[in-house]
Amino acid sequence: MSDVVIRAEKLSKLYRIGQREKFTTLRDVIVRTFTAPFRRWFKNNQNEIVPNPQSPAPDNYIWALKDVSFEVKQGEVVGIIGRNGAGKSTLLKILARITEPTEGYAEVRGRVGSLLEVGTGFHPELTGRENIYLSGAVLGMKKREIDRKFDEIVAFAEMEKFIDTPVKYYSSGMYVRLAFAVAAHLDPEILLVDEVLAVGDAAFQKKCLGKMGDVAKEGRTVLFVSHNMAAIENLCSRAILLESGRIIGEGETKTIINLYLQSIMENIISTSLENVINRKGSGKIRLTHFYVEDSQGHQLKIIQSGQDVVFVLGFKCMENNIKNVNFGISINSLSGERLAVLYTSHTGQEFEKVPKKGEVRCYIPRFPFAPGRYQIRARVEVNGIEADFLREGVGYIDVEAGDFYGTGKLCDKGYAPFLIYGNWSIKSI
Amino acid sequence: MTVKESVRESAPVIVIRPKKGWWDIDWRSLWEYRELLYFFIWRDVKVRYKQTLIGAAWAIIQPFMTMVVFSLFFGKLAKIPSNGLPYPIFYYSALLPWTYFANSIQNATNTIVAHQNMIKKVYFPRLILPLSAVLSGLVDFAIAFSVLLGMMLFYGITPTWKLLLLPVLLTLATLTALGVGLWLSALNALYRDVRYATPFLIQLWLFASPVAYPASMVPERWQWLYWLNPMTAVIEGFRWALTGQGQPLNNLFFVSLCIVGLMLVLGLMFFHRMEGTIADVV
Repeated sequence: MSDVVIRAEKLSKLYRIGQREKFTTLRDVIVRTFTAPFRRWFKNNQNEIVPNPQSPAPDNYIWALKDVSFEVKQGEVVGIIGRNGAGKSTLLKILARITEPTEGYAEVRGRVGSLLEVGTGFHPELTGRENIYLSGAVLGMKKREIDRKFDEIVAFAEMEKFIDTPVKYYSSGMYVRLAFAVAAHLDPEILLVDEVLAVGDAAFQKKCLGKMGDVAKEGRTVLFVSHNMAAIENLCSRAILLESGRIIGEGETKTIINLYLQSIMENIISTSLENVINRKGSGKIRLTHFYVEDSQGHQLKIIQSGQDVVFVLGFKCMENNIKNVNFGISINSLSGERLAVLYTSHTGQEFEKVPKKGEVRCYIPRFPFAPGRYQIRARVEVNGIEADFLREGVGYIDVEAGDFYGTGKLCDKGYAPFLIYGNWSIKSI
Repeated sequence: MTVKESVRESAPVIVIRPKKGWWDIDWRSLWEYRELLYFFIWRDVKVRYKQTLIGAAWAIIQPFMTMVVFSLFFGKLAKIPSNGLPYPIFYYSALLPWTYFANSIQNATNTIVAHQNMIKKVYFPRLILPLSAVLSGLVDFAIAFSVLLGMMLFYGITPTWKLLLLPVLLTLATLTALGVGLWLSALNALYRDVRYATPFLIQLWLFASPVAYPASMVPERWQWLYWLNPMTAVIEGFRWALTGQGQPLNNLFFVSLCIVGLMLVLGLMFFHRMEGTIADVV
C-alpha cells in the first residue's frame, strides 16, 4: 500500500526570539498598538522580514524548521527525534494546524488528534456530561458522534455516578480520567504524540503510550516525538532525526537512533583538551579531557535533571612533586553567566598528592539544573596559584527533563535554571 | 501528483500552507465547526451567572439601573428632551441595544486571551471565538427585552408594525460589535494594553451615540458625521421601531449600513491575517 497520508513539502517556520519591543511611554504604546498591523503589512511588502528559507534568518529570528520535507504512509508509526529545540514540537504544531508555517506546505489526509489535548475545553462549572460534549466539540467531534459514543466514554472513565456533578468537585484523578476518555474516543486517523509536553503522572503517561500502541495496531498513522529512545525503538518502524530545524536523517529506526546518539556524542563530551591553545596559568598541570558519567560509571550523552552524575576531569602533571592541588569546575549559562562553582577546596578536599597522570571525579547527587545547555569551565590551582584555565571552557552539557523530585513525574521545562527540593506542610493558625 | 491519486474518497485532505491573501478565509472549515460555535454560546450562557446569588437577573439589573440613573440625572435634573416619551422608556429602549453592544465588545476583546490554552493545543477556526462572544450576549438581550415589553404595557405604548425592524437593527448592532471585536480580540492577543483601553473606548462611544440624549440634539451640520456611527442608526432606530418617536430612518441609515459592512470586512481581513500565527504570540 502506498497511501500517503502526510506529505510535507519544504515546511519552514520562522520564530521571533527574545523579547518583544520594549515600550517606553504610554504614547508609544498607543501609537504602536494602533499602527502595529500596518507596520507589519508594510514590512511584509518591503520584505524587511524575509520569509525565504534560502536566506539566513534575520536578527532576532530563528528558523525553528527549515525545508522539512517527508512523507508518511497510512499505518506507519514514525518517531521524530532530536535535541531540545530541534523543531520537533514545532513540526507537530504545524501538522495539527495550531500554527501555520512561514513557508512550504503540507497535505494531511484524515482527522488529526493528539494526546496533549487532554482536558482541552473543559469548564470547571459544567458537569461531566456537559464537558464531554463541549470538549468533544472542541476536539472536532460532531454532536451526533458524541451522542453515539457517550455511554462508551462514560464507561471508559468509570464515571457513571458523577456524570451530572460539576467537574470542579472532581478529584484530579477523576478529572484526568474523564478528559482522557474523551480524547481517546476521538478516533483520529492520524495521531500526533509529543511526549515531551505530555502532562500527568507516570501512570498516565504509560496509559498514553498504551493507547498509542493500540492506535498503531489498528492500522492508524502515528507521529511520535520522544526523548525516550527505548519507546521509539519499540513503537516506531521508521524515524526522522531533526537538528536545528532540518531533517538530518530519515530511515529505519535503529539506524536513526544510532545517528542521533552519535550526533549528541560529538557535541558534548570527551573532546581532548590537550591541543587547546587559548589557556592561561603556570602550566604545572594541564587538563586533558572532560566528560560526564552516571553513578555506575557509564559515560553520559545527556543528563537528566535529578540524576546522580559524576564530572570527570583528566589531567597531566608537567612537573614532578606537585603538591596541594585545587580543582574547580563551574557550570555556566550559554550567555556566560556563572551559575554554580565547585572547588575541591570548598569541601576541604585539596589533594596533597596527585598522580602524574589521572582523573579527578566530582560526584554531584541529584543534578539540580533545569533542561537546557550549559557550558562547563574548569580550573586548576597549585599552592593557590592558577596552573591551568581554558578560556573557552572544557565542554558543554545537555540537560533534559528528569524526575528531580522523585515523584515519577518528569519535571517539565524549567521556569528557572535551578531545581531545589522543598518539602511542604500546612497547618491552621 | 501521486498524493492526488491515492486520496481516499472518505477522508478530506487538509492543506496546510501559509496564508497569502487577505480574504482567502476558509468558510468551509467554519461551516464544519458550526456545532462548536453553538457549544461555545451554550457554555457562555450556562456559565455566565453560575455561582451568583441572583443569576440571570443581572441581565436585567444592568440596563435597568442605568435607566433609573439616566432618568434621574439626564431626565429630571438636566431636562434633556426625550421626544415626548416617558424617560424610562426613552432611556431603556436605548440602553437595551447599547448594553448588548458594549458587553459584546468587551467579551470579544478578551476572548482570544481567555482561550489561549485552547488555542495553543487544538485547531479550530479561531473566528468562532469572537463570533460566539458576540452572539452569546443575545440571550441577555432577550431577557432584558422582556422587561421592556412590560414597561411599554405599563406606559400604555402599543407596538406597531415598525417592531418588525428590530431584528434588522439588532443584526446591525451584532455586526458592528463583531467588526470592532475582531480587531480588538486579535490586538489584545498581541498587546494586553487593549484590554485596558477598551472600557475607555466604549465610554467614548457611549457619548457619541444617542443613548443619553436624542439624536435631534446634534446640530444639523454635524448630523452627517454623527450618522457615520452605526450605533446612532441602531439606537435611534430602536426608539423609532418601538415607540414611533424620534428620527425616522432616512438616507443616513444606509450610510450606516455601508460603514458596518466596511468595518466587518476590515475586521475579517485583519483577523484572518492574524489567526494563523496567533498561537505563537498570544
